[in-house]
Amino acid sequence: MIAIIDYGMGNLRSVQKGLEKAGYASVITADPEQVRQAPGVILPGVGAFADAMNNLRTSGMIEPIQEVVAAGKPFLGICLGFQLMFEASEEGGNFQGLGIFPGQVRRLPPGLKVPHMGWNALTIRQANPFMDGISDGAEFYFVHSYYVDPADPGLIIATADYGLHFCAIAGREHVFGAQFHPEKSSDLGLKILENFGKQVHAC
Amino acid sequence: MLKKRIIPCLDVHGGRVVKGTNFVNLRDAGDPVELAATYDQEGADELVFLDITASSDGRAIMLDVVRHTAEEVFIPFTVGGGLRTIEDIRDMLKAGADKISLNTSAVQTPRLISDGAWKFGSQCIVVAIDARRRRHADGTVDPTQDAWEVYIHGGRTATGMDVLTWAREVEKLGAGEILLTSMDCDGTKDGYDIALTRAVSEAVTIPVIASGGVGNLEHIRAGLTEGKADAALAASIFHYKEYTIRETKEYLEKCGVPVRRWQKK
Repeated sequence: MIAIIDYGMGNLRSVQKGLEKAGYASVITADPEQVRQAPGVILPGVGAFADAMNNLRTSGMIEPIQEVVAAGKPFLGICLGFQLMFEASEEGGNFQGLGIFPGQVRRLPPGLKVPHMGWNALTIRQANPFMDGISDGAEFYFVHSYYVDPADPGLIIATADYGLHFCAIAGREHVFGAQFHPEKSSDLGLKILENFGKQVHAC
Repeated sequence: MLKKRIIPCLDVHGGRVVKGTNFVNLRDAGDPVELAATYDQEGADELVFLDITASSDGRAIMLDVVRHTAEEVFIPFTVGGGLRTIEDIRDMLKAGADKISLNTSAVQTPRLISDGAWKFGSQCIVVAIDARRRRHADGTVDPTQDAWEVYIHGGRTATGMDVLTWAREVEKLGAGEILLTSMDCDGTKDGYDIALTRAVSEAVTIPVIASGGVGNLEHIRAGLTEGKADAALAASIFHYKEYTIRETKEYLEKCGVPVRRWQKK
């Protein structure tokens, strides 16, 4: 069963419901052991970066996450969960992240309304099974004030345009992150969750 | 490019969607979960549920509606109406609402905005502002003056507060979005108060949802362009099937307004 990590950051139920609608069972768990054992793991999250890292640390989730990723199991970070996958964030100062991917989390540039809230279109930068059935220009629901700036451009699967072309999906092998909320992006969002579920079952 | 959002609003009373004018002549309009799912499939970008029951029994029923909606509907939805405490907010978010909207309680207890934003994040705290044009002592509107006053208690109580000042204040307190309703235009079907919408949109750097007065698609276009709103909320034109969400988006697209493409499985 896919494990959805519960570390006190936001509404996880919609992620679980979305997976269920896409045909995949999951468990919302705060138990590091259950995360270790899971065939696939999702790290959701809304809120502040530093709080989230703190919560991951105190709940003993950092090691299991690193193990799951090192083992090559499918892993998906959503929104704040995506940002946490990078080395550091400038939100609230300078805070260290999980460092699964090289790169920084930066504040969206001034001049446009922040948070970037609403539906925005993706430009697909490279083909990936995670994007099956998603065509260039497909729209997803975003809510965020910071964006990830991967140090390795080869990680970028899709971008979106909000004052700058920022990374909307990054990934390598079975490890992915999305800045938008697939669980709130109607049919196409559910398709993304389905693609993730398929990878979990194929591994 | 960020798209302009189209948001149907559903008034919920006793667990059912109701239609009516100014809370009178309420008629049953169906099951909220079913209607929400239909709007999702028609291409709505977001939904707003307004709980007009305002009783503790009503709250329990509303929580149930929210729970069921969260299981069936995979677009963001906001719940407003009678939320007074952090616990009220937490309950709604836990039940599955993505955002909650505060109106009277935000004016009476501004700390509710900052506490809510601190605990749950700005992105889920919407402040609803009911705005009415200032009037002369004899009740007439001075059309040369663009000044609006904040009302609470469903538009029954004037607060004396200036709308633009309050809008800036709620942004400072941590609100993530403003749901702006023109009381002068609400129910008229003559269109949004464009001057109001524009003034508030320009006064803050958080998104503004225009509300009150939509009678046709041109009104929506005007609110999103001249009014500079980020999203357009409407109730009756969608409920009475005068226009579908799809028609709305096709019209806006033709006018050059960026909207999310309508897609269906």
